[in-house]
Amino acid sequence: MKPFANKPRIAFFDFACCEGCQLAVLEMEEKLLELLSHVEVVAWREVMSEKSDEYDIAFCEGSITRQEDVERIESIRDRAEILVSLGTCASIGCHNALKNKWPMSDVVKLVYGESAGHIDTIPARPIADVVKVDYRTLGCPVSLSEFETVFKRILTGQAYEPPNQPVCVECKLNDTLCVYEKGIVCLGPVTRCGCDAICTAFGDACRGCRGLIDQANIEAPARVLFGEDLHPIMAETARKNKLNREEIMAKLTVYNDTATSANREDSADGDG
Amino acid sequence: MATDKSQKTIRVHHVTRLEGHGDITAEIKDGILQQVRFSVVEAPRFFEAFLRGHHHAEVVHMASRVCGICAVSHKCAALKATETALEVTVSRQTELLRRLAYHGEILSSHVLHIYFLAGPDFFGVPSIFPLVEQHREMIRRAMRLKKLGYDLSAVVAGRHTHPISMVVGGFTFTHQTKILAGMKDRIHEGLEDLRLTVRTLQGIDLPDLERESEYVSLTHPDRYAFYDGDILSSDLEKTVSPDRYREVIEEYVVDYSTAKYARWNRPEYMTGALARFNNNYRQLTDGAKTAADDLGLKHPCHKPFMNTIAQIVECVHCLEDALKILETLLEKGIQSGKEHERVEDRAGRGVGAVEAPRGILFHEYEYDDDGKCLSANMVIPTAQNLANLEADMRAYIPVIAGEPRETIVHRLEMLVRAYDPCISCSTHVLDCR
Repeated sequence: MKPFANKPRIAFFDFACCEGCQLAVLEMEEKLLELLSHVEVVAWREVMSEKSDEYDIAFCEGSITRQEDVERIESIRDRAEILVSLGTCASIGCHNALKNKWPMSDVVKLVYGESAGHIDTIPARPIADVVKVDYRTLGCPVSLSEFETVFKRILTGQAYEPPNQPVCVECKLNDTLCVYEKGIVCLGPVTRCGCDAICTAFGDACRGCRGLIDQANIEAPARVLFGEDLHPIMAETARKNKLNREEIMAKLTVYNDTATSANREDSADGDG
Repeated sequence: MATDKSQKTIRVHHVTRLEGHGDITAEIKDGILQQVRFSVVEAPRFFEAFLRGHHHAEVVHMASRVCGICAVSHKCAALKATETALEVTVSRQTELLRRLAYHGEILSSHVLHIYFLAGPDFFGVPSIFPLVEQHREMIRRAMRLKKLGYDLSAVVAGRHTHPISMVVGGFTFTHQTKILAGMKDRIHEGLEDLRLTVRTLQGIDLPDLERESEYVSLTHPDRYAFYDGDILSSDLEKTVSPDRYREVIEEYVVDYSTAKYARWNRPEYMTGALARFNNNYRQLTDGAKTAADDLGLKHPCHKPFMNTIAQIVECVHCLEDALKILETLLEKGIQSGKEHERVEDRAGRGVGAVEAPRGILFHEYEYDDDGKCLSANMVIPTAQNLANLEADMRAYIPVIAGEPRETIVHRLEMLVRAYDPCISCSTHVLDCR
């Protein structure tokens, strides 16, 4: 990677998602204008009618869920020198990948009815499962500080990898009371930080939107809650939530279902 | 037949400056419209399938992820449906806070549309970027207003996209009086920015299409309805309770499209800012009514292009009403947010209806004894508007058929944008059940 000699041309694209990451980027206001002054925006369907197929950097939001989108992302890959996956849908698959648990023909029938015509859908995949991704950003929605960091790293030709510590690290720095003490199951211990632990700061649990840390001990939450020498608070949490091991594992599926990831290949034959 | 010079086929692939992907196709022969349609080509996401089996706490968490721009609307529809199913009642404080977050969403969504999506058409530019240098103050104003809307939701819910602290039964943290009170000055500044917005858009030249539709919205006896109310059609005297939405709103299939359309008393109806303005005009705040007068929006209004203008009027309403809500909250003093801890799992079914920025939105869930989702259904405003949008196109194309192709394309794109379609939330826009 090397810094760009001239103002690079950037483009934004979206696939299956809520478009909330692009909106989050728009929330950066003055800072966004400042960042954009170092580049030339040549395509951003959500906010502009100008279109160009000539760009250096492509920011891509959303998961790949249709054959035509496989082709679209491949053509974006061919054109762009740098490809960035924006947010959890693009980088992990997010809720989109939950449908992968069933054969595609079943989910189509359930949502669109027996009489549905052909609905083009394939098991959802993060972009990196289809084409090479140069930078990935995480979060639902994308962390804006991470977006800014990546933006600057690209311009200065430096690499970036999201941090690999659990959310607990940032949560502690915030001085937030551990939500387990309030009887709530939290995925902070196994989830990648970089979000400033915003959800626990506002009293909710972490639900794992930035994905698992590398070699996450996903058995740990279950062991803490059902182990032999249970801390009274943990015992109360488990009782209150009527939790068993399966329930804990189910919580891990909301954003990053290891089971559904493994199923991606298997269920492809169910494509309706 | 290709030699017939008067034949025009208009195809617009992925209309720009929309939330989501849509295509326009129109065939005009000898000046007569043969066919027109607006197709939704967004990748479906299957929320109604994958929500099954999840606990209600996760269902409402995921529900806001249907749409980044209407995150609070989807969250509130899911919360209300779930609370009905679980027989949970929320406190007056929770309701007021939700309505405050809601006003923030309406403001930020409308401002995004007025300035960033529809706005460039008013200035004859393809996007907001060419305006940054020349109209920097106006762009700053747009961003300030958008940010204010975002922050109104954020002081209540932690952030707008996606709200954090709004859960079944209440809120996961106790709101600080000081932070809420601090929003009052910013709202006053926002109202000033809206006065400047009205001045900027006074006298803009909008295409003059008039076609009376059936207007469908929520209506509430005490207030201009966003967060709660019963269903009202401008064709009927009596309102309908939201839990009967399936009985009145009929979804149907047309032979030329896979999209499912919606009707009630006529083959199509309109929902959104203009429908709310028409149905609930008398409940707008005084400032909002003044803004309507200044912008030449008269009640009732049957001009679809004026939907954008109705959005400005609603922005004024939301900020003026947000001030009232804040005053009520601060007068009463904020109670600690622990109500949600009392929620118990139980079996049940519930419907939640709200007015999203783009119109009436329904969520329906059924839960088992453990609070696990058995079935889910969502009917989004843009799907309901599709038939009406096409009817407007059919009425409008003969008026502009003689124009050069680029003008026709541009005008049709403007008409689509006037509806501010939000098709990224295509949960089942293509429903064929």
